[in-house]
Amino acid sequence: MRIFGCVFFAAITIVLIYFLDNQLTLNGSKTPRFGFFLSPQKGFWQNAEPANANFNGNFNFTQLLGKTEVYFDERLVPHVYAENEHDAWFVQGYLHAKFRLWQMDFQTYAAAGRLSEIMGDSSSGTNFLKIDKFFRRLGMVYGAEKTLHAMESDPQTKSACDAYTAGVNTYINSLDEKDYPLEYKLLNYRPELWTNMKSALLVKYMSYDLAGYEQDFERTNAKALLTKAQYEALFPYVEDSTQLIITDALPKIKDQPVVTIPSTADSLYFNYKALVAPLDSAIKPDKNNGSNNWAVAGSKTKSGRPILCNDPHLGLNLPSLWYEMQISTPAFNVYGVSLPGAPNILIGFNNNCAWGLTNAERDVRDYYEIKFRDSTMQQYWYNGVWQNAEMRNEIIKIRSKPNDTEHIAITVFGPVMYDPHYPDKLHTNKYYACHWQAHNESNELGSILKLLRAKNYTDYLEATSTFECPSQNFVFADKPGDIAIHQAGKFPALWYRQGDFIMPGFDSSYAWQAYIPDSLQPVMHNPERGFVSSANQAPYDTKIYPYYIPAYFSLYRGWLINRNLSFMQNITTDDMERLQTSFYNLLAEKALPVLLNNVSFSKLNKTEKNYLTVVSSWNLENDSASIGATVFKLWMDSSISKIYGDELNSSGLPVPNVEPAALLKNIEKDSAKLFADDISTSEKETLEEDITAAFKSIVPVLEKAKRDGVIEWGKFKDGGIAHLLKIPAFSRLHVNAGGGVNIINAFGKDHGPSWRMIVELTDDINAYGVYPGGQSGNPGSKYYDDFINTWAAGKYYRIHLYDKQTISSQKNNLGVMIFVK
Amino acid sequence: MKFIVVVLLTALLGYAAPLYFTWWSFAITSFIIALFVHQKAFATFAATFSGLFLLWGIMAMLIDNANNHLLSQKIATILPLNGSSLLLILVTALIGGLISGFAGLSASLARKINT
Repeated sequence: MRIFGCVFFAAITIVLIYFLDNQLTLNGSKTPRFGFFLSPQKGFWQNAEPANANFNGNFNFTQLLGKTEVYFDERLVPHVYAENEHDAWFVQGYLHAKFRLWQMDFQTYAAAGRLSEIMGDSSSGTNFLKIDKFFRRLGMVYGAEKTLHAMESDPQTKSACDAYTAGVNTYINSLDEKDYPLEYKLLNYRPELWTNMKSALLVKYMSYDLAGYEQDFERTNAKALLTKAQYEALFPYVEDSTQLIITDALPKIKDQPVVTIPSTADSLYFNYKALVAPLDSAIKPDKNNGSNNWAVAGSKTKSGRPILCNDPHLGLNLPSLWYEMQISTPAFNVYGVSLPGAPNILIGFNNNCAWGLTNAERDVRDYYEIKFRDSTMQQYWYNGVWQNAEMRNEIIKIRSKPNDTEHIAITVFGPVMYDPHYPDKLHTNKYYACHWQAHNESNELGSILKLLRAKNYTDYLEATSTFECPSQNFVFADKPGDIAIHQAGKFPALWYRQGDFIMPGFDSSYAWQAYIPDSLQPVMHNPERGFVSSANQAPYDTKIYPYYIPAYFSLYRGWLINRNLSFMQNITTDDMERLQTSFYNLLAEKALPVLLNNVSFSKLNKTEKNYLTVVSSWNLENDSASIGATVFKLWMDSSISKIYGDELNSSGLPVPNVEPAALLKNIEKDSAKLFADDISTSEKETLEEDITAAFKSIVPVLEKAKRDGVIEWGKFKDGGIAHLLKIPAFSRLHVNAGGGVNIINAFGKDHGPSWRMIVELTDDINAYGVYPGGQSGNPGSKYYDDFINTWAAGKYYRIHLYDKQTISSQKNNLGVMIFVK
Repeated sequence: MKFIVVVLLTALLGYAAPLYFTWWSFAITSFIIALFVHQKAFATFAATFSGLFLLWGIMAMLIDNANNHLLSQKIATILPLNGSSLLLILVTALIGGLISGFAGLSASLARKINT
């Protein structure tokens, strides 16, 4: 009996420990190891940071060359004073790791197609293996290897990266399992040592996010559904009303590369037949990765000095993409936001100048259809002979499962992204190679490391001229009064519509024939109008530009910014805050009269008429309390789908989005009749009917929203900032604020101004900034999301390029760290 | 008296062992304590249970108070415990207590086999 009892309870203890020390599977996802996770000495409790925590520390690391002092201000922004550049990047790596280790590690796993190693092949309904395959086949690792080579070939970049990596790893090596960031404990894995390759992967991830949007498959599908005239009407190259970024005349140059349209283009490329497999729409960067930046000259400001503003619009997540800091060395003194995962300050200002970025939105990714000799993909037909393809095997490790290997053929155009094995849903039995600028060897980090120490306009130009991908509009302003803007990037010289559709890959005639010379990418410097600006619109006058420059340009933000800046005078930073957070809807200003003009009032019932009154008396502001904004948004979307839905959605395959601007132009130019083919009544009636029907169809949606108490715009669009793992408890969902697509204040659902910055280049720089997050990546810290309310309210923090004496005497500092050899 | 000594020893060694070994190493120390300090089976269970229950419960509560319940409320939403910090502290304490208690109980029964 005793023996039985002893064995029985010993067994219970062992079984209990076993279950609490292992992950269990619940509803298709793995739990943490509960015993470990709940242990106050090891588990999540250790991540519960005391509210009154200080951030003091004295560290001795043999890798350092001198002494570095770090002062954390009242918002936990570190101000780093290093005796040399090496130590500055080491300490940046250490701080990034201390406050953001899980995030930077996780993002590089994602970029490298390695999420299955952490998450298993699927979890909570997300197919991680599919995501991994996508990134592998896109050639992210292939591109990162080339980027790494370029980074390590440049001595300045290499030494910064080496110091940074050493800093990250010094922090990782100091960790006990109780110190791991919370997410490691939740998912039950450990941090991996950092490498320069991981920094390269991060750069590639930015390229994917910012230069990875194209709709070549969708467009190829649309081409099969539409006539050429219809296609041009729906998907115009550039909207006529575009406010160009660079308004200067283009320089005349000799030896300008000439590109020729292949002789077979009419029959093989501009055809309107074949269908292709759809691209997986689940894995795609956000098309709305837009941004605003501008700089006004001293002639337009109250202080007489330039003011520079920037708000890059990106996917909003927690922990935030950005980590704010000041870095001071004998070579430079810079303040701004850095991307954790590489040595950088990406957007910011130094003692002499300020700079900001918007995405150029240029399409630098094309697909070629490859004809292989057989399914082994060893040889493909190119220029009249069978060429050998290189084979690249990408091994995907899967947690608690055997490895998966992707065999990817590399052609002269690039990796074969789609073949009969991928995607496996719709076998077209065709092969498509992906040709992407991000596959090329380039060193963007090197440009940023030059830019952050720029002293003047010449330094700025030199730094941006080597920036290749993802191409950016670099805005610039300095204390002496220069303002400038430059669309920096490496772009192919293309013929009209080249690469919009999938191209034949059997010979070199469809290849990119040349790159656009730098001189045809002019910089606008101190224009007479007193300002420069960009908001992802077309850079040059495309009617006279010698090459086709495909892109996903925006129209309304750039237009509105220029309309405001051109009449503004005596500008202060307060005025700039108001402009940067403006809710005015220029699309509605243009579109609402057209919609109202085409609705049949007599056909509406009482409820519908009430909503029509709401939208017609709306003040065109997309603020959080606006009901008119909700009505307009629904009506616009519904009209587009009513008018063009028949033609475009008939195949059931994905098609490109029709932009509201295209609809307006078509109504204005009466070319909506191009789509009247399948409709029996006359064209004018049809448009009215469609727009009236569109209005009627949204009223039940509005009524439901009203019943649910979410009809006001802020609640209706339901913006929020989600944790990278989409865990609601670690997210700040339902942030009730205005904004939206096409609005200068671009906060939509999960996307928007990721960092708002305003810098007045007075002698003592007068600067403001805010981002929707917090300096700590730890959900157990009060500094995790403490900027979000300020950001959502359209308010800013004063930001300082402190000297060491001033910061060290501030009263509300949260800590001092000293790093010595 | 013996009971209190066991409670205190369980808590003390239950704190010390995981500083050097894995999180559940307190099960071994509780087992050893129960093996050497002789009590009735139920008393041993109660004492070794209480030692860890109090240790984990008090530690969690101190950490939670210093943190203004920020993280515990988030974790108690995920687990799910209705966002209740107090429930989460109880669950934490209970898990520590149960492992320790069963380890102690089996030791107390093992000891009786020898005597």
